[in-house]
Amino acid sequence: MWKEQKEFDCIVVGGGPAGSTFARIAALGGLSVLLLEKDRDIGMPVRCGEAISDAGIRLFVDPDPRWLASTIDRIRLIAPDETEIEFDLLEKGYILDRRIFDYDLAQYAAQEGAQIVTKAYVDGLVIEDDKVVGVKGTHIGERFEKRAKIVVGADGVESRVGRWAGLKTVIKLKDMECGIQKTVTGIECQDNIFDFYLARRWAPGGYLWVFPKGKNKANIGVAISGYYAKAGKAAHKFLDEFLAWKYPNASVLTTVVGGIPVDKTVKEMVNDGIMLIGDAAHTCNPLTGGGITPGMRSGLLAAETAVKALHNGGPTKKNLQAYEKSWHKIGGKNHERFYRIKDTIFRYTDDDLIKIARGLAAVPEKNRSLMKLFSVAVRKKPSLIFDVARVFAGV
Amino acid sequence: MIEIAENKCDFCGCCVGVCPVNCIEVKEAEISVDHDICIDCDICVYVCPIEVLSQTDPKKSSKATA
Repeated sequence: MWKEQKEFDCIVVGGGPAGSTFARIAALGGLSVLLLEKDRDIGMPVRCGEAISDAGIRLFVDPDPRWLASTIDRIRLIAPDETEIEFDLLEKGYILDRRIFDYDLAQYAAQEGAQIVTKAYVDGLVIEDDKVVGVKGTHIGERFEKRAKIVVGADGVESRVGRWAGLKTVIKLKDMECGIQKTVTGIECQDNIFDFYLARRWAPGGYLWVFPKGKNKANIGVAISGYYAKAGKAAHKFLDEFLAWKYPNASVLTTVVGGIPVDKTVKEMVNDGIMLIGDAAHTCNPLTGGGITPGMRSGLLAAETAVKALHNGGPTKKNLQAYEKSWHKIGGKNHERFYRIKDTIFRYTDDDLIKIARGLAAVPEKNRSLMKLFSVAVRKKPSLIFDVARVFAGV
Repeated sequence: MIEIAENKCDFCGCCVGVCPVNCIEVKEAEISVDHDICIDCDICVYVCPIEVLSQTDPKKSSKATA
């Protein structure tokens, strides 16, 4: 049916959690929506550590047990001197099975009437009188051109849709985390604990994670800052060295690679006839690299704005800016605080990290929390203490 | 000139996100660089997590001279 239809209210480029959330809410609001995914499958490959908090997921959907590979209620930090510090999380989290999760999110959108097409590669925009009026691309060898009142860039870290529309989405080297992850099996790990390895030799300017997925399976990955990657040692070498040291008998089920934009949200998230959501708008949490919840939030807020704009006044930049305003009102300030904290601690040396670990180790376990951790971590830069207090209140 | 080892690539798009001149294109299982637009800044070489991209001109590559 999409092939015959020439025009849609919204065309979403990219079928991740942000794109599917936008499509569901926009369709629910009565708009005609076409979602174009370049890959063969929705939800594949999974370029993600798959961690999400219970509160985060519940903002948008009730967690389906099929999505949840494991439930996490405890965190372990491993310092450069291999000191381990553990504590319970105040808020539980999950490791998702995103192959199923993303699939279901797209299905929800389809149930509301959105049309979803895979293997549809968008390679340009249709622009008339300096305004975005559609997209063009290829679907299984055949060219297509479709018009839309609003084109939504949900094309992830690449964010080319935004660039074609003249929005500034390029990520600076120091704000790109270079990631690689292996889903491994045959290892011993506790199913309720997140492990974070913090040291220059494990992950300079980032961290190395072991996220259990149940049944002796885990996502083990590393993300290093582009700032350090420039020195010449690529992310995969860090991961291979770690696996050889810590889990030499692991069997690898999947390897995925990906970039994580740990940046401020793009300055302009909209223009006439165009909106950016998810990683394409740099919505991912710049400190943790967690992008599912903020991506879905941006999709939801953008869709609410799109529905209002198309029912009243049209998709002008001025009308679509309501999305920017609501993004900044709900999460934007904290996003900037997370960015400031990250921008300081990603340069910490191993000695700095060891001092932080000792500071936290001196705190009785029942008094440890993420807030305590980062309060200790920013002692060197007191101006950040307020930021930590705000973003980790109750976490 | 930027050279691509396409058989190594995972098509993640990390290089596309940092390219200041938008000259890299990554499809489902294809990657290409438009050499007419490329400015040989090498940022894509640095960020690639699995060393798919490299700079063939040693004068321009800080990795090759490091």
